[in-house]
Amino acid sequence: MAPLPQLLLGIGAISAMTTVLAIIMVIADATIANYGDVQVKINDDKEVTVAGGRPLLASLMEEKIFIPSACGGRGSCGMCKVQVTSDVGDYLPTELPWISDEEKAQNIRLSCQLKLKTDMSIQIPEELFNVKEFLTEVSDITDLTYDIKQVTLKLIEPSEIEFPAGKYIQFQVPEYELSSESVYRAYSMSSQPSRKNEVELEIRLVPNGICTTYVFEHLKVGEQVTINGPYGDFRLSDTGARAVFIAGGSGMAPIKSMLYNMLEKGDNREALYFFGARAVRDLFLVDEMKELEKKLPNFKFIPALSEPVPEDNWKGETGLITDVLDRHITSGENTEAYLCGSPGMIDASVAVLTKNGIPEDKIYYDKFA
Amino acid sequence: MTESIAFYAIFFAAIFTNNILLTNYLGMCSFLAVSREVSTSVGLGSAVIFVMTTTSMLNWLAYEYILLPLGLVYLRYIVFIVIIAAFVQLVEMIIERISDKLYASLGIFLPLITVNCAILGVSLFMIIRDYSFVNSLFYGLGSGIGWTVAIIAMAGIRQKMKRSRVPRGLAGAGITLIIAGMMALAFMGFSGMIKIT
Repeated sequence: MAPLPQLLLGIGAISAMTTVLAIIMVIADATIANYGDVQVKINDDKEVTVAGGRPLLASLMEEKIFIPSACGGRGSCGMCKVQVTSDVGDYLPTELPWISDEEKAQNIRLSCQLKLKTDMSIQIPEELFNVKEFLTEVSDITDLTYDIKQVTLKLIEPSEIEFPAGKYIQFQVPEYELSSESVYRAYSMSSQPSRKNEVELEIRLVPNGICTTYVFEHLKVGEQVTINGPYGDFRLSDTGARAVFIAGGSGMAPIKSMLYNMLEKGDNREALYFFGARAVRDLFLVDEMKELEKKLPNFKFIPALSEPVPEDNWKGETGLITDVLDRHITSGENTEAYLCGSPGMIDASVAVLTKNGIPEDKIYYDKFA
Repeated sequence: MTESIAFYAIFFAAIFTNNILLTNYLGMCSFLAVSREVSTSVGLGSAVIFVMTTTSMLNWLAYEYILLPLGLVYLRYIVFIVIIAAFVQLVEMIIERISDKLYASLGIFLPLITVNCAILGVSLFMIIRDYSFVNSLFYGLGSGIGWTVAIIAMAGIRQKMKRSRVPRGLAGAGITLIIAGMMALAFMGFSGMIKIT
């Protein structure tokens, strides 16, 4: 056969074959894989209608309901858990590594793996309805200590955020040399709710931490950052009871937000703030706290150093935060405690507080590892 | 030589002497990635057996009745890949529709093996070796079983290995490749028992 007809025959045959296969696929997609519209009932009161056949996570995202997820639906982070109250069949092998036995008993599923094939009812925390994605721009980066930076993000779209003090957001870290995929990390907001147009975070360097390394070595003023939130149930009660705040390191963030919120709302409840650090070089925002002491008549800031060095010339409280608490908190009457810090610090502090009379249901905390 | 080799000889040769994974080293990436647990490797293995058997038949038909008569043998690579991809997609859709149980145990692995080179390898080898339809069928089936035997053996070894101390530099893919090499050496013991080329 001559070269040209040979070539045309080849092109024709391949085109014909792929067309036939494509038609078969399109037909299959419209028949076999067509699950029609599916109703998703959320928390028994809200109902959304979405096209079936897609993962629950993606379908909810289209409805502007953001389930926290760090990997973007690949099933590699195990965060997008949702309780399903209708029958949707057995667990998939891709879900099982992330689901504990207790979660199995409640039929908690991984929403990125679970495909919507029939009507479904699910339970999600009410607060997730308010979660939005924000495009922001870094407006300021300040060193608070040698290993803690304060990062301020100006909100671009949407331009305002509504939240009660104490909530956290998720910071999206783009791909860079430490991470081949974009990931999310959670940080408490240190800005108070009245600062609607910006979000302030306190980020402590974790050696080789994906997000902290990114913030410390790459992030610059003027760059754009995507965040979503607000999340969490750490918030100041409105009982007016004496508040005992306890924090260490970047655990300062939500407490700072709460304190400035108290100041702006004229909340003059009695408040003690114990801040634990190793030495003077780990202390920060001390001047701001002293200023708050002047403006809030019933507020007292008590920094405590566990390992002050001679040069520090430290006159304040010394010892582990638990020892300092033990000395100051002698009665738990009409007292609530708010803790933010490492799991170790929180567990030890909760033990001291309960010993000294604060019931466990009056102790609220935000644990971060 | 089409009918000169009995189909059962091809079948057993594909499992032991000419194991597609251990002698041709095809299909390595899913072999390394999904061989941590015996139960999941059984699932993946059965999906491979099914797809290899069916696609070797389909591709044989496409080769014999479309490519050969039209003189388009040089297009076999692209045609085989497209047929495999479309077929696997279709099967996945059907399985997902009809049975959640089957989808959970087998269907979930199908997208993983669309691009498994062992599947294409089987289709290409059967053409090179000039197999008949029946021989191709048993060659596909045997190769699938051979691949499954190898991955289940590897998963069993890796499950046991969780409790042994592997030098840090070798942990993960390194030690797995070394074990795969040793398994290939062991399978070489079968060579010569049945001869197919």
